[in-house]
Amino acid sequence: MSDVTFYGVRHHGPGSARALRTALEDVEPDAILIEGPPEADPIIGLAADPGMVPPVALLAYSPGAGGAGRRSAFWPFAEFSPEWQAIRYGLAAGAAVRFCDLPAANQFVPPAADPEEAAPRGTGPPGGDGPDLRSDPLGWLARAAGYGDAERWWDDVVEHRGDGPSPFPAVAEAMAALRERPGPRNVREEQREAHMRRALRRARKDGFARIAVVCGAWHVPALRSPVPAAHDDRTLRGLPKTRVAVTWVPWTHGRLAEDSGYGAGVRSPGWYHHLFTAPDRPVERWLTAAARMLRAEDLHVSSAHVIEAVRLAEALAALRGRPLAGLDEVTEAVRAVLCEGADEPVELVRRRLVVGERIGAVPERTPMVPLQRDLQAEQRRLRLRPAPERRERDLDLRRPSDRERSRLLHRLRLLDVPWGVPGDSGRAKGTFRETWTLAWRPEFDVELIEAGAWGTTVGAAAAARAEALAADASSLADLTSLAERCLLADLGDALPAVMRALADRAALDTDVAHLMAALPALVRPLRYGDARGTAAAPLRTVADGLVVRICVGLPPAVSGLDDDAARGVLTRIDAVHGALALLDDEAHLDRWRRTLDDLLARPDALPGLVEGRLTRLLLDAGRLDDVPSRMARAVSTGTPPARAAAWVEGFLGGGGLLLVHDETLLRLVDAWIAALPADAFTAVLPLLRRTFGAFTAAERRSIGERARHLGAQPRGASRPAGGEPDETRAGPAAATVLHILGWEEPS
Amino acid sequence: MTEILRPHAEQEYAAELAGLAAHDDRPRPPGWRLSPWAVTAYLLGGALPDGTMITPKYVGPRRLIEVAVATLATDRALLLLGVPGTAKTWVSEHLAAAVSGDSTLLVQGTAGTAEEAVRYGWNYARLLAEGPSEAALVESPVMRAMRLGAVARIEELTRMPGDVQDALITVLSEKALPVPELGTEVQARKGFTVIATANDRDRGVHETSSALRRRFNTVVLPLPESAEDEVGIVASRVRRIGAALELPESPAGLEEIRRVVTVFRELRSGVTADGRTRLKSPAATLSTAEAISVVTGGLALAAHFGDGVLRAPDIAGGLVGAVVQDPVSDRVVWEEYLETVVRERPGWSDFYRACREVS
Repeated sequence: MSDVTFYGVRHHGPGSARALRTALEDVEPDAILIEGPPEADPIIGLAADPGMVPPVALLAYSPGAGGAGRRSAFWPFAEFSPEWQAIRYGLAAGAAVRFCDLPAANQFVPPAADPEEAAPRGTGPPGGDGPDLRSDPLGWLARAAGYGDAERWWDDVVEHRGDGPSPFPAVAEAMAALRERPGPRNVREEQREAHMRRALRRARKDGFARIAVVCGAWHVPALRSPVPAAHDDRTLRGLPKTRVAVTWVPWTHGRLAEDSGYGAGVRSPGWYHHLFTAPDRPVERWLTAAARMLRAEDLHVSSAHVIEAVRLAEALAALRGRPLAGLDEVTEAVRAVLCEGADEPVELVRRRLVVGERIGAVPERTPMVPLQRDLQAEQRRLRLRPAPERRERDLDLRRPSDRERSRLLHRLRLLDVPWGVPGDSGRAKGTFRETWTLAWRPEFDVELIEAGAWGTTVGAAAAARAEALAADASSLADLTSLAERCLLADLGDALPAVMRALADRAALDTDVAHLMAALPALVRPLRYGDARGTAAAPLRTVADGLVVRICVGLPPAVSGLDDDAARGVLTRIDAVHGALALLDDEAHLDRWRRTLDDLLARPDALPGLVEGRLTRLLLDAGRLDDVPSRMARAVSTGTPPARAAAWVEGFLGGGGLLLVHDETLLRLVDAWIAALPADAFTAVLPLLRRTFGAFTAAERRSIGERARHLGAQPRGASRPAGGEPDETRAGPAAATVLHILGWEEPS
Repeated sequence: MTEILRPHAEQEYAAELAGLAAHDDRPRPPGWRLSPWAVTAYLLGGALPDGTMITPKYVGPRRLIEVAVATLATDRALLLLGVPGTAKTWVSEHLAAAVSGDSTLLVQGTAGTAEEAVRYGWNYARLLAEGPSEAALVESPVMRAMRLGAVARIEELTRMPGDVQDALITVLSEKALPVPELGTEVQARKGFTVIATANDRDRGVHETSSALRRRFNTVVLPLPESAEDEVGIVASRVRRIGAALELPESPAGLEEIRRVVTVFRELRSGVTADGRTRLKSPAATLSTAEAISVVTGGLALAAHFGDGVLRAPDIAGGLVGAVVQDPVSDRVVWEEYLETVVRERPGWSDFYRACREVS
């Protein structure tokens, strides 16, 4: 008969971890059963590898049917997790270490009874976040004892009892009492506990003498109760399952923290880690670390500050009747001494130290898809370490190493791994600089495993992905932006395929609007591509073809449009015009201007808005010398007021400076508005408001100033106003002015 | 009732302090009258085993008082920061009374405070007649506190000129005050420490040097968190002051106090209590202390000129005076508040009319 000991733990807590380690060293079990997915049994040995640095997580991944039902779940372990200590102890002592929870293969299929139960991906062990009582029973007990923090309670009640007996029997009793409270029936929980009992039975049968079971404290009473094997078999019979792969992935402290949505999370992983790892004097070490961190942020914190902070923390602990200063006391000391009462640095300490930004590592031998390995090699080669905190990074594309970094980040984005997010300055500040915000999230490993289907290296996978995207692209604009991304990611292999798809699509697409929407994205890399040294020739061919097609297709596309459609065409014309100016190709520009010329030659077919804008574009290009007369025609009485207003809007849409500087045009607009009949004025007022409302305040003001003086002085300030001045009325004013100037005539 | 207008904390609460001392069996730091636990209990209130009630002196987060007491217990100096009217002086007085039984060793910081107020001065008649001697020395409160091993209080630290502030550095680090004229020094006895208060609203009057700053532990006193807390603070303080002034008790007072506190909180935070309307904030701080003085003033009006019951007209005058400090901009803020918020609020029409009359 084998000897079974149950250790009900809190999933992450230095207290439980230390107590468990001591207990295991005492009992020396030859088999250890741990709450976790049994699929991970083959890779459990990796935990003993020196390359394995917590926090890490077991990742169970299921591709699902056709990629739609994809699921993944994580079982995180920190240095201070009791389970992790049990694994490490067991492996070092040569005991058999097994996981005993319900297999992930079953957990991924939601039970029929309550479909809600299946954990959404990335939120932790399925079923881990149930009602409050169930998910953190120790926290619940701590609250009953009047403590805010379960770890604090555990520390005070269990840890600092001195050499008392093992806490685990008492914890198990408390759980049994809690479980007597009737709660809602939880099918998944019954299945999990049934499986744990079954694993225990099997371990007994395998002939182990001393078996240790490490599981959430909540489950201990259920595992102890003598349920017949047949009952469990009935519970577990015929459970649906799916295909699952399991591996280790690096994890972060930030993801362990409660506020990131992880059910069994803890508030202060950094503090717990410190408590567990600090060999002695935890308070002194902690405050020194805080001081060094603040110093690195250019806040002046001296050793004298640290000394006083330690004294305050200890005095405070004594005042509160606690055996040792805890996180509360230490944080007060940081606030009152190190930060001199200010809250912002305290928040910094919380983020950097209390939660911490530690990221784990897994050894080389860990099962990985080749893509992950390739990425690791690239990260090492380019010295771009994944780190969980957000960091800005400037890349100078003229340097080869930075160019390669940029390429890697762009390729990863194509694979849906947004490790880096490009900042705004990438496009605005120049062609050779990129600003990236880097932040590694553990879930990226899931994306990488997913993307492993595309290829074995980041470059090949991204190229394959781009080709697949090109084949599926639904619109021309999608294709061009894809082409742009390919160029940024330097995917020369994929570019021909994307270009072919683009050329085919452009040739077949009859809607000139699509072509126009596609052009700007194509022109940008053509213009800016040179900083990366990419060969843009294929792109050039496609762009050339697009320009010709646009010029041919535009005239029929702009006639007979209603207002809304005209507005849409207007933005596209603007975009194409801007893109062509950027491309700076004389032949294309000339063709484009001729097209516009031809359009203007038959103005009746054009909407007023478009006609106004074309006039403006050609005026800016210096190809029209009769703009005043064109405008006069457009706003003359023969034209309906609505059309005239639309013309004005199109003409002035680019900005009001023209009206400030060209008085003839201003006079025309002014005269037109003044001559409008009352009801027509009301009709065009909204259009005018829209036009003028888009100008800057300064433009509006100076236009207003000029319009005011139009009537009084027809030709500027130098010309005298019409009509003779009335001597008798002007006399007193003139005398006053002379008086002020000191030129008073002797009267 | 004594003839004294405002007794010191250790006089007014002598019974509580004696009761605490009688039941205090915890270790006391050298020079302390009470143990740190008893000091905390004195400030936060509670009941003693023999039934003596300790009134709460400070209503607010417990941890602030614990940090303050722990600071003093480690013989560090304590700096209480906060906007005006957040009970900084009040807390410092009571801490001094509880720790050393004497809250009178006080230096008031002003722009004109001279170094003599912090170190020592001379009795010039004696100095001229006899030359420098112990007898000609005039001790500052700080020097006295060092001799006695008591708590010295410095009010409005940042209003003192920087060089005067820096005179404290030696005192706080060496715990000694040299008197070179006599070739002697005063060494502080155990129990000596300093509680300073400073206002962080008009910061930069005289910025504290970092050398001095790092000798203080800083506790920031916040404005009361909830309206209920604030009403409680105002009501209890008004009752005390009223008793000292021998004003008759006012039965209907709580409702008016609630209104004053509501007005103050809303104008201070720039949003109405229900969080639905944004308001402009006046330049005045509108602290709890000002609310207390508005209500006390109203009580005096009601007692002497009204029917003895605190009503809206009694507090309206004081309230408007507290809010409208700048006759132009604050007037606009107040009128807006009156017309958009007070006027619409059910049950406040008497209050609205009273305010209209004095505005």
